[in-house]
Amino acid sequence: MDEIVRFQTVGLRYGMGPEVLQDLSFTLTPGSFHFLTGESGAGKSSLMRLMYLAKKPTRGSVSLFGRDIASLRPDDYPALRRRIGVVFQEFRLLPHQTAFDNVALPLRVSGMKEKEIKKHVEELLTWVGLEEDMAAWPETLSGGQQQRVAIARAVIAQPKLLLADEPTGNVDDRIAARLLHLFEELNRLGTTVVIATHNKSLISSSLHPIMHLEDGRLSIEDRESEPAATVEALPRSRRL
Amino acid sequence: MALLSRRTDLPFERDDSSRYLPWLTAFMVFLASLALAGVFALSDLASTWDKGLSETLTVQLPAGEDERTDERRAAAAIKILEATEGVEEVTLLPPRQVRELLKPWLGAAADASQLPLPQIIDVEIDREDIPALATLTERLRRAVPGAAVDDHGVWMSGFLRALRSTEAVAVLIFLLVGAATVGTIVFTTRAGLGVHREVIEVMHLVGAHNRYIAAQFAVRSMVLGLRGAAIGIFSAALVLIALGVLAEFLGFGVLPGVDLSLGAWIAVVLLLPATGLLAWLTARITVLRSLARMV
Repeated sequence: MDEIVRFQTVGLRYGMGPEVLQDLSFTLTPGSFHFLTGESGAGKSSLMRLMYLAKKPTRGSVSLFGRDIASLRPDDYPALRRRIGVVFQEFRLLPHQTAFDNVALPLRVSGMKEKEIKKHVEELLTWVGLEEDMAAWPETLSGGQQQRVAIARAVIAQPKLLLADEPTGNVDDRIAARLLHLFEELNRLGTTVVIATHNKSLISSSLHPIMHLEDGRLSIEDRESEPAATVEALPRSRRL
Repeated sequence: MALLSRRTDLPFERDDSSRYLPWLTAFMVFLASLALAGVFALSDLASTWDKGLSETLTVQLPAGEDERTDERRAAAAIKILEATEGVEEVTLLPPRQVRELLKPWLGAAADASQLPLPQIIDVEIDREDIPALATLTERLRRAVPGAAVDDHGVWMSGFLRALRSTEAVAVLIFLLVGAATVGTIVFTTRAGLGVHREVIEVMHLVGAHNRYIAAQFAVRSMVLGLRGAAIGIFSAALVLIALGVLAEFLGFGVLPGVDLSLGAWIAVVLLLPATGLLAWLTARITVLRSLARMV
């Protein structure tokens, strides 16, 4: 497969309102890393929703992992969604579940055995520095900790496509840089990454291409990007 | 038990919409248990009466001028009856028993020895080889003028029709209660889907199948349904036992009491798993149909 995401003249409107996305055409290849920028209301979240299958385009075609979503049957969605990790701007952690259970959710819905789940979730939560907070409820965690739980939940199933909507919106620059480092690590393991952000210092700290949305139209700014690194194991000692 | 205590991803314990489901189910199952017990009791009663009376005939001989005439007539009738194919047993009721039978109508006058009483012959017949009634009556009347043969058919058919109608009403009540239970579970499940919409969206986005989500609602509904059913069946059992004791105490005369057969009790107890299954299936179908409309 040489495309993870493919948009062709995609338009999106909500109800009878104006088009919030107009004639979007682009392709994301495996292992690519993009920032998604634009003013508030430019359509970043709408574009993300199309990519994580929460919306269908009102015109044009969207393909994910080589499959046109217009041809998907309802039963096809779960398998595709398991290949996509999403970090929501507002985290969307389940308040009635501990950090451990929130991160375990994607593995549980895929039918993994509890013993395996425990091993993977503990390893990942340790890796993001939350080994002391596995049993904590989301409301007792700081914004940065909740963000790391949300990120852990998004990456636990080793997605092929990671979408993060303002993942640094609630953290200081130091944590933001660490989060970017985490996403780059995942990218080096082969995950295609799209980060929607307003954070200019985050964008300027790397040379990844920028997808810029303005009034629902998309432009792509290619910058001098370093080549994708070879795949290596995530170091367990790494901390955010 | 592992099924009942297994963890769920949905916060059902914070869901007020299902708080009253066990009590509503308990009430429905209570009514269903009584209706079902009624169906069985009426069915047993109809079968007993139908079977018992369709195997008997009653021959009535008019009172003669004196005792010797009565004896002669009875002997002649018994001889004819015993010679008839399909007749298994012939019993002449003693005068004392005839007087007892007439007491409800004649009162103390029935005891008066000078009162001319008809003679009653109880005849048991073979259901597989029922004698021709018209021929038998004709032969008896030739031997004993005024003899009458009663096969209980006229009043039994009316009585059984009334009994079967009551039984049908009880079945209808049972089905209506079942439908009301399904409606309650559908309403509660839909309310639950609304309450947990955000969690369900997240579950969908991490790749949960509708079947996975539906299974959690179904198990929850089954557990609540079983709780309610247990309360309903227990309450109904107490009422049925109390009715049985009361009927025996009051002595309902010719009508049997409300003693239920073992089959009836088993049917009432089977309402427990049936309710659990109904709750599980209803919730599952409701969730799958509702989620099919979501992306």
